[in-house]
Amino acid sequence: MVAHLVRLKLALLRNGLRRSPWQVVAMVFGALYGLGALALVSFGLVGLAMSDSVVLKQAVLVVAGSALVLGWAVLPLVAFGVDATLDPARFVTFPIPRRRLLAGLGLSGLIGVPGAVTVLAVAGSAMVWWRSPAAVLVALLTGALAVALAVSASRATTTAAARALSGRRSREVTGVAVMLLLAVGYLLFGRLVTGELRADRLRESLSGVVDVLGWTPFGAAWQAPADVVAGHWSFVAARVGVLVVSLAVVVLVWDRALARALVQPLGEASGTGGSARGLGWFGVLPDRPLGAIAARSLTYWRRDPRYSTALLAVPLMPLAMWAFGVGEGVIALVPLLAAVMGWTLSTDTSSDGTALWLHVASPLRGVDDRAGRVLGAGAVMVPLLIALTVVLGVIAGHLADLPALLGGALGTLLTALGAASVMSALVVLRVQQAGENPFGTRQGASVVSVLGQLGGFLVVGVLALPGNLLGLLAVLWGSAALGWVALLVGVVLGAVLLVIGVRWGGHLIDRRGPVLLQQLVSVA
Amino acid sequence: MAGLAYRGPVTVPPPPPEPPVPPAPSPGPAQLSDPAATTPAGSLPVPALAVRGLWRSFGRKVAVAGIDLDVPRGSFYGLVGPNGAGKTTTLSMATGLLVPDAGRVLVHGRDLWADPTVKGTVGVLPDGLRLFDRLTGAQLITYAGLLQGLDRPTVAARTADLLAAVDLVADRDTLVVDYSAGMTKKVALACALVHAPSLLVLDEPFEAVDPISAANIRDLLASYVGSGGTVIVSSHVMDLVQRMCSHVAVIAGGRVLAAGTVEEVRAGASLEDRFVELVGGRTTGEGLAWLRTSSD
Repeated sequence: MVAHLVRLKLALLRNGLRRSPWQVVAMVFGALYGLGALALVSFGLVGLAMSDSVVLKQAVLVVAGSALVLGWAVLPLVAFGVDATLDPARFVTFPIPRRRLLAGLGLSGLIGVPGAVTVLAVAGSAMVWWRSPAAVLVALLTGALAVALAVSASRATTTAAARALSGRRSREVTGVAVMLLLAVGYLLFGRLVTGELRADRLRESLSGVVDVLGWTPFGAAWQAPADVVAGHWSFVAARVGVLVVSLAVVVLVWDRALARALVQPLGEASGTGGSARGLGWFGVLPDRPLGAIAARSLTYWRRDPRYSTALLAVPLMPLAMWAFGVGEGVIALVPLLAAVMGWTLSTDTSSDGTALWLHVASPLRGVDDRAGRVLGAGAVMVPLLIALTVVLGVIAGHLADLPALLGGALGTLLTALGAASVMSALVVLRVQQAGENPFGTRQGASVVSVLGQLGGFLVVGVLALPGNLLGLLAVLWGSAALGWVALLVGVVLGAVLLVIGVRWGGHLIDRRGPVLLQQLVSVA
Repeated sequence: MAGLAYRGPVTVPPPPPEPPVPPAPSPGPAQLSDPAATTPAGSLPVPALAVRGLWRSFGRKVAVAGIDLDVPRGSFYGLVGPNGAGKTTTLSMATGLLVPDAGRVLVHGRDLWADPTVKGTVGVLPDGLRLFDRLTGAQLITYAGLLQGLDRPTVAARTADLLAAVDLVADRDTLVVDYSAGMTKKVALACALVHAPSLLVLDEPFEAVDPISAANIRDLLASYVGSGGTVIVSSHVMDLVQRMCSHVAVIAGGRVLAAGTVEEVRAGASLEDRFVELVGGRTTGEGLAWLRTSSD
């Protein structure tokens, strides 16, 4: 059975690659990335192996190893989405003894680039202790335990979370909550690091951290070899005990979650249905196709977590900069924020998914489609951006330069919206479909789409340069007049580019609407 | 084709091709029994939908290999075929959702792929495509109507009527994402009807719909046909097609195997038997010997 599941995973991988050449490209890039990471790790390990300092070895290994285990346990939830290729729910109808299913799923979790890199890196890390054969042996043993723990933990969290996240509402709320938590954690970390960043205190606090981590399930495995070198065999035994006990607990949790998942497959119904009285924006905006599309857009920016999280993420960037102690320079972020915000529209058509058929089947002018989306998005983004710019201006003490800042910000936003209107009529990207975990990444996000995104972003940067340059000069020289010029130039140029983008995008939609729909069907 | 003049004194006054007009109640369906409806057009009224040499392949797989169809005005046209026969592909191309590799689609004599405004005369219910499901049922129907260029009072009145007709009044303020499969089908059908098209193209409209709603929808479609509209449905359910439809086309392997009035196509047998005969592929009754359960 175990071999069976491993073979199944391999077969899924192979068939996925056969489906499209771009999957192969993505896989190759993934493998290259993995190899690169491995090369870096080996480099570091060789350096460590050369070193004589046991303290250094244990500090680096404990911190890095703890991050590895923690990453396995938590990242699948937020960064990669729940790996659905071997979703326990798919085995519900087969009479497979749970223990074997558990072992099979666990082993197959190691297949793939992350698993391979982890195993190789952990095996390599044992060689750091080459001066003491006993330590190498212990390192291999505890490393294997740690890998088992990491994989089981990743499975346990995803299986348990799949249940918790099964309802649409709860999934969406949890998604946003997790993101906010992560953001807060990140900010606190930033504050801590910048506060503690003095070499003497850092070393002190690091050794304290290593001591504590060494007794947690995350770090025990990497501390044990150092104990061998130091001759503390009782410590080694205790750390192995920590590992074994936590592995047992994690496997038990996973087993429970799996057992529940197998007898109660996730239902569709969430119970708490969403509703809205009346017609909302549809009753307010002009009753033209343009107004209807703007109304639909506005409704989605509020109601669809994929849109709202994209917007929520924008203010986090300057917050993070501020947390890491960037002071005045924070206003340099303003155009970047505007570009990021406006560019979110480039996935608008892709986010519709196959629901786009309603537009394609209507006698709709492409220009209306593009303009409606821009109006809907703009109604949300322009006030948000103005508010952000004002807040940042106040924080940085540059309130006097507000016209210049606003010129850069609004000019860039309008330009980005225009460019995104063209982009989203040209290219279909793999994005989360409505209802999927907004933090999951779709498998095989193709290199083409990434390159296209980067290219489009560059174009926005170049096109929005005039307003931003003027704004920069105005801030540097403290010239209020130049600031107003920057505002005028930024907004007028941005508006012109926006109109061009909307018209061009509309023309593309008129010509390629059904082709776009077909691409969306094949991506979905 | 496009230049053909409309004639035929016996047909009900059909909705003019432009602009879309709700089907007005009018004296009975006269064309249903027109036996000549399936012979090549020429001396006949312009069909509601004429498909000529439609072809589409996906990669190396040919999904539709040169389909010709004439759907007479005022007919209730069934499209039947085994899984993978090319029904959905054909209907997608006939409604402007999928670009054909070759061939023409004429709706009331006007080329759908040349003139996008023709889409306003067609109501579409696709199969397997999503809806803008973060809208409530009422919002979605309103959206579909406004996209077609209707004004708000008209859309509001028709939305209320349609919600009642498909039995979704109680769920008008519920998000479509929280609808059941059958309710989703029904709201999509309402979206297809809101602009009072003269041609309705429905892909698997009865899938997952409960019997009572299905009966209501059948009545609704029958009265729509009775008032001069034309309906095309695809279905797997032969019995339903035989009872409901005036015309039928059997499609398999991307080709039309038979087309005409239901009576012509079934030629005395039941439609199901005739279908099996045409399509083939029935396995013998031997079955799987090992599947017979022993009673212990």
